[in-house]
Amino acid sequence: MKSLILKEIDELIYGSMGIIIFISFFIGGVVAIQTALNLTNPLIPKNLIGFATRQSVILEFAPTFTSIIMAGKVGSYITSSIGTMRVTEQIDALEIMGVNSLNYLVFPKIIAMLLYPFVVAIAMYVGIFGGWTAAILGGHTSSADFVEGLQLDFIPFHVTYSLIKSLVFAMVIATIPSYHGYYMKGGALEVGKASTTSFVWTSVVIIILNGILTQLLLG
Amino acid sequence: MIEVENLHKSFEDAHVLKGITTTFDKGKTNLIIGQSGSGKTVFVKCLLGLITPEEGTISYEGKIYSKLSPDEQRDLRQEMGMVFQGSALFDSMSVQGNVMFPLDMFTRQSKSEMQDRVDFVLKRVNLVDAHHKFPAEISGGMQKRVAIARAIVMNPKYLFCDEPNSGLDPKTAILIDNLIQEITQEYNITTVINTHDMNSVMEIGEKIVFLKDGIKEWEGTNKEIFKTDNAAVTNFVYSSELFKKVRQMYIEERN
Repeated sequence: MKSLILKEIDELIYGSMGIIIFISFFIGGVVAIQTALNLTNPLIPKNLIGFATRQSVILEFAPTFTSIIMAGKVGSYITSSIGTMRVTEQIDALEIMGVNSLNYLVFPKIIAMLLYPFVVAIAMYVGIFGGWTAAILGGHTSSADFVEGLQLDFIPFHVTYSLIKSLVFAMVIATIPSYHGYYMKGGALEVGKASTTSFVWTSVVIIILNGILTQLLLG
Repeated sequence: MIEVENLHKSFEDAHVLKGITTTFDKGKTNLIIGQSGSGKTVFVKCLLGLITPEEGTISYEGKIYSKLSPDEQRDLRQEMGMVFQGSALFDSMSVQGNVMFPLDMFTRQSKSEMQDRVDFVLKRVNLVDAHHKFPAEISGGMQKRVAIARAIVMNPKYLFCDEPNSGLDPKTAILIDNLIQEITQEYNITTVINTHDMNSVMEIGEKIVFLKDGIKEWEGTNKEIFKTDNAAVTNFVYSSELFKKVRQMYIEERN
């Protein structure tokens, strides 16, 4: 089981780092540029760019946007891999050997996804770094103003809130696609349909839970 | 020995198995034959415990499967080996990984003991150079042999094969048939094969159960199938011109 968990960490967590870092960097950059371009009033301080970038990235973009990306990347991988095993009778083979197939296939994924908050934490850092890079390279503000904005009215609980959300989303990303893969019926075509359905449902549940958790934790 | 008594199974309105009673003998290759949709696969899945029948019993050496506790059922399943129609090898594992999987899961053998056992069974199925290849890298016939190796690696008492020859050329199909029969006799296991292949019926059918529309229409040996006057069996078995001629020659010879 230990080797299975390590394999899933490699597939689900480590294998997603590239796309998460890439997207987070540019999302942070775009947030910084958009904020800067909308600051037309000279009375509004330039440190607002850093402040807005930090708030947007920590509160929503890193946990929620990243989770939607992960629902597409990791979720479809989970559904299609388990679904293919169902279609090709590999799950039946496990059952006949006396292996609890649901536990064997899903449990390591759930354990691996417990590391997902680390991915979100990295997405936060990279997103803010992307914002800083875009703001400086685009000449929208100085590094000192941006960093000052980052530190302005910082509430540490926002990071906790974000990581709690990401942990809940991680469970959604691990379980809903697993369900759609494990209980799918049919052939290869249905594997594709199950992946699409699981992505839709995972995204819907993430969005709904995002609203509920935000009200519960910040309301 | 596997004893089946009055087995019934339905899916919604479809009554697939209608009171099947038969036995599968130890040390013999028992074949289940019948047209597509006759209930063969459902029957085998009931035998494996993958599908629960509504009525009837299946006994393994006198132990009724449905009366066993979940742990006992799991223990019993570890005495079963299965060769699936599509081989059902784990794509993410090498040939060696596939064969070693049951040993790794259910035994406390050391790595070297497991390796020795894997080497032995792969040699037994005539696969000596494929240890590190993945299922996608080997032919259909080799995949079947890996599936057989995986099925016998735990020394099963019962071996089930779902259309082991499907998709194979006639020469490879005969090799697989012979291999299954040799293993059955060598290890004195109860082998149940679900097949359409008439060559298998003639070559290795030590006991044949013919299903038609979920009913056991006929049972006997591969020698008796030549002599039977059961119209459903003869229509099915001698549907090809080649087998019609073989039967005609047999009848002429007999007369």
